[in-house]
Amino acid sequence: MRIFVCIKQVPDSAQIRVHPVTNTIMRQGVPTIINPYDLFGLEEALRLRDRFGGVVTVLTMGPPMASESLRKALGYGADRGLLLTDRFFAGSDTLATSYALSKLIEKAAEDHGMPHIVFCGKQTIDGDTAQVGPGIAQRLGLSQLTYVSAIDEIDPDKDTITVRRRADHGVQVLTSRLPAMITMLEGSNEIRRGTQADVLRAAQAKITQWNAAGVGIEDLSLCGLRGSPTVVKRVFAPSARSEKAVMIPAGDGGSATAAALIDAIFERQPALEEDLISEAGGY
Amino acid sequence: MNKIVFDAIVVGAGPAGNSAAYTMANAGLNVLQIERGEYSGSKNVQGAILYSDALEQMIPDFREEAPLERHIVEQRIWMMDDRGHTGMHHRSDDYNEDLPNRYTIIRAQFDKWFNRQVRDAGATVLYETTVTGLIRDPRGQVIGVQTDREGEGFYANVVVLAEGVNGLVGQRSGLRSELRPEDVALAVKEMHFLPQETIESRFNITGDEGVVIEAMGTITEGMIGTAFLYTNRESISIGIGCLVSELSRVGKGSPYQLLDRLKAHPSIRGLLEGSEMKEYAAHLIPEGGYRAIPELVGDGWVCVGDAGHFVNAVHREGSNLAMTTGRLAAETIISLNKRGQACTKKALGAYRQRLEDSFVMKDMKKYKDVPRMLEKQGSTIMDTYPRLMNGAAQTWFRVDGRDKKAKENEIVKAAWRVRGLGLLGDAVKLARAWR
Repeated sequence: MRIFVCIKQVPDSAQIRVHPVTNTIMRQGVPTIINPYDLFGLEEALRLRDRFGGVVTVLTMGPPMASESLRKALGYGADRGLLLTDRFFAGSDTLATSYALSKLIEKAAEDHGMPHIVFCGKQTIDGDTAQVGPGIAQRLGLSQLTYVSAIDEIDPDKDTITVRRRADHGVQVLTSRLPAMITMLEGSNEIRRGTQADVLRAAQAKITQWNAAGVGIEDLSLCGLRGSPTVVKRVFAPSARSEKAVMIPAGDGGSATAAALIDAIFERQPALEEDLISEAGGY
Repeated sequence: MNKIVFDAIVVGAGPAGNSAAYTMANAGLNVLQIERGEYSGSKNVQGAILYSDALEQMIPDFREEAPLERHIVEQRIWMMDDRGHTGMHHRSDDYNEDLPNRYTIIRAQFDKWFNRQVRDAGATVLYETTVTGLIRDPRGQVIGVQTDREGEGFYANVVVLAEGVNGLVGQRSGLRSELRPEDVALAVKEMHFLPQETIESRFNITGDEGVVIEAMGTITEGMIGTAFLYTNRESISIGIGCLVSELSRVGKGSPYQLLDRLKAHPSIRGLLEGSEMKEYAAHLIPEGGYRAIPELVGDGWVCVGDAGHFVNAVHREGSNLAMTTGRLAAETIISLNKRGQACTKKALGAYRQRLEDSFVMKDMKKYKDVPRMLEKQGSTIMDTYPRLMNGAAQTWFRVDGRDKKAKENEIVKAAWRVRGLGLLGDAVKLARAWR
């Protein structure tokens, strides 16, 4: 099975500092990580490879330093890393990014064959749009399976896949044809710890690099800032929310404390109380 | 997995490990470096001051690229009592030179840069991997390391233990004993952010100039310890540390309580005013001196940096000793490698000889008696004398109608009252330890 995983190198949001004076984001010295949502796709890809055999290719678009993220992905056990890097891509929004990545996937498909599945993160922690995955699916004509919590079945003969997907009011079970683009839900799995062999191979691996011309992009007006109709209007530091913790004193017995706790919850979530009452068929 | 045998495995990516790995990789050796942190510098804590000389020996033009904060033009040494300080300030424009001698740095950034040089020199570096033990052949020669990842282990002709102060691998492998509380200090530090202009006007500096304050006195509540304050470009590092044995014996507050008191001290408060604390860290510092140095070489292994207890507590030097010991171990291994000689305990003894010939062991030996002297005289030196000194200064500088001879007598009497003949003894002991 040929599986591609799209990842993005993002600043570690847990370690970002806002400059106390100018209120701008201080990027200097902030470590970068693989977008955490991408790791659920990577782990699912590795599990499919373990089951069906095949090759997991990890790809990203970014500055040359983004190869570090690919290397890290190899350390988790991925087989191959591809980096798309070119100054023409600077300032890309989701439209331009999904264009560039789909060109990279097409290029890689020439060398390695069209993927059966392309995994993407549900969204990134620095952009939060959740648009790049669907954008790639649209451009490449892949079935689109977003917010997937589990892959139930893959039928290699019929080229179909059955997944569970989180929907507004429950779980959808969907069967679709391959190739497909899948975004995995957070918590659907846990990224594995690579073996000694994995991390050694990752540390010594050559990361294949492509530029815009290399993946066959001729019209540069579709790339970078020029190809990005999205405009950032304003960047600001949100004021901290001041919700306070509520102390519920331990009552005479456990049931009194539980009742106080339930009352406190219902007071803040009246809808939940109604739901529970109606579910219980009323008192 | 194919069993690759590296020329050397370096355990750890701090200044000692990076220096060893860089020097060996640069000489063409096949080096594997293993770091437990997410990246080099992610786990490393220091004040921090970089001493150029030790790094220049390996990377002469490091100033062009390395992330440096400020070069130091002024050193302040303070003896503090509860209300203020008496001290010595040394500042010179001579330090505004082409190749400055000391810099403040932020270790997370500096170590990351240094480690990139290691990789560019050709070493293979693994992160988020903890070495759990040594692999030996039937004769007891160390031939590799085992890690917390699944696998058969990694193999090499020699293992350089640059694992830091705790020396857990060495301990677990029976190469060294557990750290004694008397030999190790626990230091805490905070980073306080301030606008660049504020730092510059507050410390009377411009451009990349920096100021360093080292302090001792009643701030450690009579325990053996020191405090520091360093200016970075847009932040101030402030910290305090005491010997672990003192913290548990005297029990006058946790390190953080000491730091809180230090920050509120009249001599310090104004320097930090308006700043925002953004980071805090704690670390152990091996301060036992020469006598606490463990076995440094064995069959197939050597020990460098904090793991070898290489800290000159009197001069606040450590990272330079780490870099130098890392480099000297590497040079020893390189010459054995070029001659095709095995890294036996005997052959690696050349590392010990290189240390003896360098400033490292000379300095370690010079101050070998200081820790013992402090163990006995700690509170006198940390508490009594700073109080006396500040009292004397006040007597001397206040103008109150008394004649100067009377003031001199009062100062001498005050000292005599507190220490009596002990004064003489203290002077002799200090001179002996310093010799």
